[in-house]
Amino acid sequence: MRRGWAGAAAVIALTAVAAWAAPSTKPPSTGPVDEQVVHEVASQLRCVVCQSLSVADSPSETANQMRAIIRERLAAGENPEQVRAYFVAKYGDWILLSPPRSGFTLLVWVVPFVGLGIGLVLVAVAVRRWSRAPQAAAPSQIDPAVRERIRREMSQMDKP
Amino acid sequence: MIPELGYGATVAALVLALWGAAATVMSARSGSAALLRSGERAAVGAFALITACIALMLYAFLTFDFSIQYVAINTNRGTPFYYRITALWGALEGSIVLWSWMLSIYTLIVVVQYRRRQPELYPWVLSVMLGILAFFLLVMTIPAPPFERLTPIPPDGRGLNPLLQDSGMITHPVALYLGFTGFTVPFAFAMAGLIVGRTGEEWITITRRWTIIAWYFLSLGLLIGGWWSYHVLGWGGYWAWDPVENAAFMPWLTATAFLHSVMVQERRRMLKLWNLSLIILTFGLTIFGTFLTRSGIIGSVHSFTQGSIGIFFLGFLALALLGSFSLLASRMERLRAEGVLDSVVSRESMFLLNNLFLVAAAFTVFFGTVFPLLSEAVRGVKISVGAPFFNLVNIPVFLSLLFLMGVGPLIAWRRASAENLKRNFLKPVLAGFVAAAALRAVGVANGLVLTAMGLVVFVASTIALDLFRAVRARRRSGDGWSAATWGLLLRQNRRYGGFIVHLGILVVALGVAGSQAWSVQKEVTLDRGQSAELAGYHVRFDGLSASEESNHAKVTGAFTVTNRGAGGDVLHPAKKFYPQDQSPIAAVDYRLGFFEDIYVVLGDFANDGSHATIKVQVNRMVSWLWMGGFVLTLGAALAILPDARRTA
Amino acid sequence: MKASWLKWAIPAAVVPVLLLLAYGFKTNPHDIPSPLLNRPAAAFSLTTFSGAPISLESLRGSVVVLNFWASWCVPACYDEAPALERTWREYKDKGVTVVGVDVQDKEEAAREFLAKFNHSFPNAPDPKGRVSVDYGVYGVPETFFIDRQGRVRFKVVGGLTDETARHHLDALLKEPS
Repeated sequence: MRRGWAGAAAVIALTAVAAWAAPSTKPPSTGPVDEQVVHEVASQLRCVVCQSLSVADSPSETANQMRAIIRERLAAGENPEQVRAYFVAKYGDWILLSPPRSGFTLLVWVVPFVGLGIGLVLVAVAVRRWSRAPQAAAPSQIDPAVRERIRREMSQMDKP
Repeated sequence: MIPELGYGATVAALVLALWGAAATVMSARSGSAALLRSGERAAVGAFALITACIALMLYAFLTFDFSIQYVAINTNRGTPFYYRITALWGALEGSIVLWSWMLSIYTLIVVVQYRRRQPELYPWVLSVMLGILAFFLLVMTIPAPPFERLTPIPPDGRGLNPLLQDSGMITHPVALYLGFTGFTVPFAFAMAGLIVGRTGEEWITITRRWTIIAWYFLSLGLLIGGWWSYHVLGWGGYWAWDPVENAAFMPWLTATAFLHSVMVQERRRMLKLWNLSLIILTFGLTIFGTFLTRSGIIGSVHSFTQGSIGIFFLGFLALALLGSFSLLASRMERLRAEGVLDSVVSRESMFLLNNLFLVAAAFTVFFGTVFPLLSEAVRGVKISVGAPFFNLVNIPVFLSLLFLMGVGPLIAWRRASAENLKRNFLKPVLAGFVAAAALRAVGVANGLVLTAMGLVVFVASTIALDLFRAVRARRRSGDGWSAATWGLLLRQNRRYGGFIVHLGILVVALGVAGSQAWSVQKEVTLDRGQSAELAGYHVRFDGLSASEESNHAKVTGAFTVTNRGAGGDVLHPAKKFYPQDQSPIAAVDYRLGFFEDIYVVLGDFANDGSHATIKVQVNRMVSWLWMGGFVLTLGAALAILPDARRTA
Repeated sequence: MKASWLKWAIPAAVVPVLLLLAYGFKTNPHDIPSPLLNRPAAAFSLTTFSGAPISLESLRGSVVVLNFWASWCVPACYDEAPALERTWREYKDKGVTVVGVDVQDKEEAAREFLAKFNHSFPNAPDPKGRVSVDYGVYGVPETFFIDRQGRVRFKVVGGLTDETARHHLDALLKEPS
């Protein structure tokens, strides 16, 4: 039973993460551009005038122009990686909504999961420390005074 | 006159608050009733003076008194009447005044409610609250005075930030601040309990309603913020993981954890240290949130930056956190758990997991928000952390919380037997899987959406099952269905209020999952008379018109929208040109629906109206977020009702 | 049992966070360094408001002051405009060219701006924002100083002053061609 819950939680968490992190494989396109790809690249770039929105979401003129540039570059044959690299070359790492998953910035991706893991361990330890020994008295033994009180209150409860 | 009166009132209020804090401490140590009364009168006086400040500011706004800098910056002669009133909290200085005012009202309520009922704790509670009030009054006096004079007096003001000229702006800060300031009361009681050595459950039971009310207003504030973002900012989204949004979300997460873990302490007298830490953390996060908004250390759409105010807030944050955690550490021995955990499969464990996930989420949001600062400190390089990070890390956590929301309320305390588990969860688990399979069968392929939907059905089933069984049991004493249901809800209002709140969260979760997974958008340039199609909607560009409003110029587009042939509604997205602003603000037009909203933003246009670029969105399930908020309101209201049978 | 000093770990844990936040006062989140410094400046090819073509290639050999502005950029662009004109007049015979690029603007408003300040150096609109993005422009005004070899050497964010312009130009002019 004990393992069941931990197992269930782990399965849910892992499925969720896998589904989310699964990379999408889209071939580089030449010629007419797939708007989906434009949207995808744009959603990874930060709009420079709105600070927290992606280029895909932002209604600002700058974002508009940046989307057009993305479209142009994709149409010219660049793949999404190259388009992203172009913007990073002009604006720095800051333009990426997600910090690169390497070097120092790998920390931001790893620490939350590590923290959660440590937390789970701490909870497990705490639960172990706070648990009664398995041979403890069965919880069905109720103090007679408490039993009487329960009976009294229950009989009162059904009164209108 | 007004600036001098206002400044005088502020300083006087500050002095009173400081005196009140000192007097109540002295009264607690010496037992002097006279000092305590003096402290109470100081609290009343501070409230009166702050109210006077607000009255003065409102008067200045309503009479276009541009000799006051705050009025001149935030309104102009064209600002509509109701915005001239709500401009009071439209910028930094005014927001501090609002915060102080709410804090002083809460202090008064504490005076009235607890002066007789909690003689031992009361002086310390009052002292802590007056001390916090004194800080905010200090901010009003030195770094952010609202009554600064402006010379020479301009003929007209600058005007309210156009993004703020919306109904959301009228309600969002008020709800949010009611939430933030509300947590001061449980915090003050926690401190008082630690100081006098009463570290039991009293501070929790006394402040239970405060916690729920504050939590509710914080939730409401967040949802209204999402609504405002959705219908004003023009990007069709409601949450951007902006640093200041995060700053309000973190205390919500820890407050939710706190709301749940206090139940364990109430029943089983465990987790005392943890609960005290949580309320300190929650209070600290509300101050941190204010600090973030006002210090400008992390760039954000929201921040109103100002010179030295950040230093004041950081100093106060340091004092509050270090002081309260040190007090906690010094009283550690008294915080032994009095109960034990009987089994891992029990409600206590579920609450522990619930807390773990909520605090983990809060930590993640915190880490992501300050990481750019950390990166710069360590490497000297500026990076940014945006939505993709927060989404990736938080989604598994939120899904797990959904699961716990179904299991927690029904699993037994102490030890859940196999029978208890089967009885309560077999049908809901099946229902969840059936729902997920059904969705899969109709073509939903996104794994996350299937998981989320399955979990939502699971949780809803547990609530429905419990409610059904309980009502059926009550009916045995002869009541009809509706009488039994009402009776049950009112009798066990805490439990069922909580269930309804959970239902509200479910509705919000459905809205989030649906809108993220199923919304579509398209950007297109249309000639006059041309149509674009998206998800069955046809949008036809009819033309443009220009107009002059009271404080801005406006170009409005007319777009006829039909849905699968029916309809013919005309949408009017516009671009507003405010003279004091650099670039035009897009005014979105939309039609809300139960399952989907049609949303049109006007982009570029030709001056002669021959063509226009628009972004069309069909946003699905977004209305469920607002409906969920409504359900939350009902649940919270039920939960705070006075108990049907009071024993005290 | 825990050592008694361990309990002070809790308040102590708060300190590094507070220190990090205090560090935040020294930084400016809006001041993002440019990765273009000391790199070849991006080529551009625009048409000025008077109809003449202008490109970076054609300016090779002179020091270029590339200024991004807009008529809606109040007050910074208005404050720096006279300084730009003065800089141009002082340095144009010393092998320096000032070029203004108008960003996200309406033609009428832009021409009004130019007339107001009597700008005699070439100004061109950047209709699709290509040049702005090529130079990693976050907002206006921003000014880039490009040396004779076509490398970006300095970037000034915000209004340009006479002193700053003189300082950078004198440094660049001293360098060998």
